[in-house]
Amino acid sequence: MAGGNLLLASLAVAPVAIAGILCLRNRPNAREAVSIGASLLLLGISVAVYRALQAGDSPQWHSGELLPGLRIALSVEPLGALFALVASFLWLVTVVYAVGYMRGHNEQHQARFYAFFALSIGCVMGVAFAANLFTLFLFYELLSLSTWPLVVHAGTDEARHGGRVYLGILLTTSILFFLPAIILTWWTSGTLAFTPGGVFPPDVSPLLLSVLLLLFVFGVGKAAIMPFHRWLPAAMVAPTPVSALLHAVAVVKAGVFSVVKIGVYIFGLDQLAAVDSRDWLLYLAGFTLLAASIVALRQDNLKARLAYSTVSQLAYITLGVLLAVPDGVVGSGMHIAMHAFGKITLFFCAGAILVATHKTRVSQLGGLGRQMPFTMGAFLVASLCIVGLPPTGGTWSKWYLMLGTLDAGAWPLAFALILSSLLSIVYLTMIPVRAFSTFEGDAAAVEEGGIREAPLACCLAIGVTGAGCIALFFFPQPLYELVAGVPLWGRR
Amino acid sequence: MLSHLPILPVLLPLLGAPICALLRKPVAAWLFACTVALLTFAAAIALLAQTWQQGVLSYALGGWAAPWGIEYRIDLLNGLVLTLVSGMASAVLLGGRASIWRETPEEKRSLFLVAFLLCLAGLQGIAATGDAFNLFVFLEISSLSTYALVATGRDRRALVAAYNYLIMGTIGATFILIGIGFIYMLTGTLNMMDLAQRLPALTESRTAFAGFVFIIVGVCLKLALFPLHLWLPGAYTHASSMVTVFLAATATKVALYVLIRFSFSVFRLEFSTLALPLETVFLTLGIVAVFAGSLVAIYQPDLKRGLAYSSVAQIGYMVIGVGVGTVIGLQAALVHLFNHALMKGALFMALAAVVYRVGDGKFSSLRGIGREMPLTCACMLLGGLSLIGVPGTAGFISKWYLVVAVADREQWVLVALILAGSLLTAVYIWRLVETVYLGVPGPRQVPDSPAGRAEAPPGLLAVSVVLALANVYFGFDTRLPVEAASGAAESLFAAGQP
Repeated sequence: MAGGNLLLASLAVAPVAIAGILCLRNRPNAREAVSIGASLLLLGISVAVYRALQAGDSPQWHSGELLPGLRIALSVEPLGALFALVASFLWLVTVVYAVGYMRGHNEQHQARFYAFFALSIGCVMGVAFAANLFTLFLFYELLSLSTWPLVVHAGTDEARHGGRVYLGILLTTSILFFLPAIILTWWTSGTLAFTPGGVFPPDVSPLLLSVLLLLFVFGVGKAAIMPFHRWLPAAMVAPTPVSALLHAVAVVKAGVFSVVKIGVYIFGLDQLAAVDSRDWLLYLAGFTLLAASIVALRQDNLKARLAYSTVSQLAYITLGVLLAVPDGVVGSGMHIAMHAFGKITLFFCAGAILVATHKTRVSQLGGLGRQMPFTMGAFLVASLCIVGLPPTGGTWSKWYLMLGTLDAGAWPLAFALILSSLLSIVYLTMIPVRAFSTFEGDAAAVEEGGIREAPLACCLAIGVTGAGCIALFFFPQPLYELVAGVPLWGRR
Repeated sequence: MLSHLPILPVLLPLLGAPICALLRKPVAAWLFACTVALLTFAAAIALLAQTWQQGVLSYALGGWAAPWGIEYRIDLLNGLVLTLVSGMASAVLLGGRASIWRETPEEKRSLFLVAFLLCLAGLQGIAATGDAFNLFVFLEISSLSTYALVATGRDRRALVAAYNYLIMGTIGATFILIGIGFIYMLTGTLNMMDLAQRLPALTESRTAFAGFVFIIVGVCLKLALFPLHLWLPGAYTHASSMVTVFLAATATKVALYVLIRFSFSVFRLEFSTLALPLETVFLTLGIVAVFAGSLVAIYQPDLKRGLAYSSVAQIGYMVIGVGVGTVIGLQAALVHLFNHALMKGALFMALAAVVYRVGDGKFSSLRGIGREMPLTCACMLLGGLSLIGVPGTAGFISKWYLVVAVADREQWVLVALILAGSLLTAVYIWRLVETVYLGVPGPRQVPDSPAGRAEAPPGLLAVSVVLALANVYFGFDTRLPVEAASGAAESLFAAGQP
């Protein structure tokens, strides 16, 4: 029961933090202290939940019935614990970063910003600990809505347009595909609980399963499988800390996390492997990860390039679970964490460059390594993490994803993964390389004046996540053990 | 006293209205009307609790036994409707004084309250009675008082709207009267239970058929089912704010109740489905209403009118539930009947609070109002989210039931259309959200409105908050609407079996 209270506490942190932030809205230092305190608390709770899981405990909590047989239920399984840990840790780092960024950039309405930020993380916790599809959907939708104010934070016409595309695509996919998929699941199997080995009875018609899988994969618009990826670049109008946490970690990971959970606990790998539409979706995911990489190559706006890189990396994770082999799931689970660390560092760097130099375009960054060596160094590490090269954690997740494709005998997909990684070297790793290069033109583009980094808080955050990328290369075991502990098969 | 409980929800406002007319001072009249409404509400709750425990209550008016005298018959279905209507009336009267005072000239305030109580009495009577002709009488009471209420709107266009409603409503009432006349001619009884026993033998009769059609069309006019909805947008838009809140939350709900009562209790199921392709008609009209209403709502420059068209769309959802023709479909319709009253109540109430401040409900006047009235706008937002059907709100429960009901009949196209309809809802609600929160405020029409943060008067605000929170509460604790609806739906179907 104590464990159940832990889960409830993880949801309660956000409302308490919001109340504190709004009460102290005119006292910035106290307000930010509340944010940091809340994120520390949430991290502590996540760690405690993880410990409980390691100790063989499985904390649970459920409400009364909303509808016959339908409850709000929370529980912990390895993937959820992983997601909660990553999200709460990175929330802490991002709040530190945001303090530097929002002040350095003189943003308006900061109290509102921190309040919705906390609300979004509360929703992420709900997604991570959801014990059934209904609870997942509840928090999934709330997450879409609570991030909208962050996306349109600037209040300009451009932000408004971005917000429309963002919410439009996320709501459309979730209402039109995700919700009917959930109702259909309930209608066929009589349960929505995440169950190892899946919930469908063996005699369900293959056509229905095919349709369901399509509805789920497209319905989880946050996973950004093409053609429903447009919201991600549109949401880049948000302030950088929002892009960093929400669109590299919380929102997009809530999407792929949902896909992984649905694949593992609603379909079950056995049944998933037999679904006809899976093959088609696998190749769609392969197409997405290649196409997004190619689009990313052509983006000059740094944040837009990072956004398309995210689309591509998300497709890796979706692809990993659709392979329906254990290595694929391990790869997907690990990539949720690895990509989170890598991508958030990249966004932090983009924000730091913006604050320090007001530059947003890739073409302006040549030679910048001399002015911001620390930032560009971290950029280099993080881009290696995304590509999947040592000495960064991305190596391991890409390794298992590759093993998964070979396991499933999908040679063309293995080729696509390699090709996309090569492309990401070009569009990501080349940026810091150019920044440190000594080409004539590049060097001339940067005004003299020695080292001028972003505010200290920003650098601190960049240092932590950048170091995290490297640490995950040398100490991946806890992560691997956690993900390998996912109960893939039901009682046979 | 307890044995007279079934008549109280009707009798209290009916007797209260003339007394209210004698009170010349508006404040005294208001206090009196509030008391009457609250007592009515209390009686309705007691009645609902009693039917929950004891099942159907029958009450012979004036002591005359059922087939000759007028019988009041309370089951779960009308218990729920009585509670809903009297609850909304209490909320509107208690919280709406500031708005009524602002929008009605002083000498007319007492009369406004009289008409309001009469309207309440009429609606309660329709819901409580078990006699077809008595139902018509109360329908006329509620309609006539509604015409008067709509005409009290500040705008002169309110007169035209009231006149339109008068014409359409009278046609509807006449149709109902003709229908009741036909079946009385055929069966010699007006008691609904009696009719229900005698009508199945007359399935082949043309007279019964014609009577049925007259009644259904007449009720659909009062219900504002597309394409008979033309009176509704005007009436809702130009009536004064509190009238709109009350009508939107109750009048169409009572009409839906009558539709269900006639097509399931009086004319049994086999009649409704065999003699007429009623299911197809309801499903088709329902889905067309959803799309037509929502699409028109998106393009309205005035929020009040937009929400009125949204009501047309929501009525479509309820009618789809009825048209599915299963227990769970009917349950969906009843759950939505309850939930929609909460959503529209919250939305129109919050809008009334905004109108109190800025003078009208045009989108251009609402720009940036979220800064000045954060609480009111939060209520509007909650009501809107519930209308879209976001999980965690009452609207989600409605939508869930409706989709399950339609999926149960394996009508996949309809499932897709229903969900697409809620996307259209999202479009017009989001237009509102963008205007309210991101819009840049223009010059205000009402000169005395203070600058900066200023919420509406506490009464309006409190009721908005209560209604908005009710939308969240009933999104989690669904026992009241769901159990009442399932009990009612099951008994209607059990009664419908030969």
